[in-house]
Amino acid sequence: MAVSGMANPANVIGFLDITGEWNPSLMFVMGGALAVFMPMYFLVIKPQNQPLISNEFCVSSKKHIDTKLIGGSAIFGLGWGLAGICPGPVVASLALGNHAIWVFFLSMCAGFIIMTAKERHEQQKLSVA
Amino acid sequence: MIEVIPWHSLLGGALLGLSATLLLLVNGKIAGISGILSGLLKAEKSDFSWRLMFVIGMVAGGVWGATAFSADVPIQFETPLWLVAVAGLLVGVGTKMGNGCTSGHGICGIGRLSPRSIIATCVFMTVAAAVVFVRLHLI
Repeated sequence: MAVSGMANPANVIGFLDITGEWNPSLMFVMGGALAVFMPMYFLVIKPQNQPLISNEFCVSSKKHIDTKLIGGSAIFGLGWGLAGICPGPVVASLALGNHAIWVFFLSMCAGFIIMTAKERHEQQKLSVA
Repeated sequence: MIEVIPWHSLLGGALLGLSATLLLLVNGKIAGISGILSGLLKAEKSDFSWRLMFVIGMVAGGVWGATAFSADVPIQFETPLWLVAVAGLLVGVGTKMGNGCTSGHGICGIGRLSPRSIIATCVFMTVAAAVVFVRLHLI
């Protein structure tokens, strides 16, 4: 996260600012990541029955595209576009002495907790009905 | 057009890809940071230690990357703190609802050619770009 430049929101905003002075760094980060992950996934990981030290692969089995996916992604995009920060670089930056990172981290965790509580509440309602 | 290839970005990305490969191959888990964190907060005993180890690794890695590679990590942001807080909340809510972020959907999901992740990534990229456009060029 640090080496790629993604821990600096200016690089992220620069990539998202398509009509301004475009900074392509993020594209190279994604490209570099996929260049490693994709072949490894299809050639090495997918043919395996199970992971090396666990019993099973914990991969989402959800198939269809629903409003939660679209809505959630849009809300994430809104937050990401506002500050140029997303979860990965935030965690990587926690020990680097930037107070704003901690503000973001704590409010992000608040968001997780709110949604988890909402989910539990909805599940309880379903199980009672 | 691109005149200089940002090699550090490619390298950083490759490291992310390696990290995701290892976590999936060895532990069978998707390296989606929002998912790993929100699961950590649920504090379920059986599911806790790998998440904690990964987060510790990321924090340590961030320090190593910033110091050993003198990486581009600012100490302060230009964005006002109240906006950072709002953005954080939106990211927390959005990634939990949408079941992933740039690492989960963008790298691991697209890497597996998951239609859900491809669409999710398109949505959050488009929205984020629109927000940046409004903030930098319209307001």
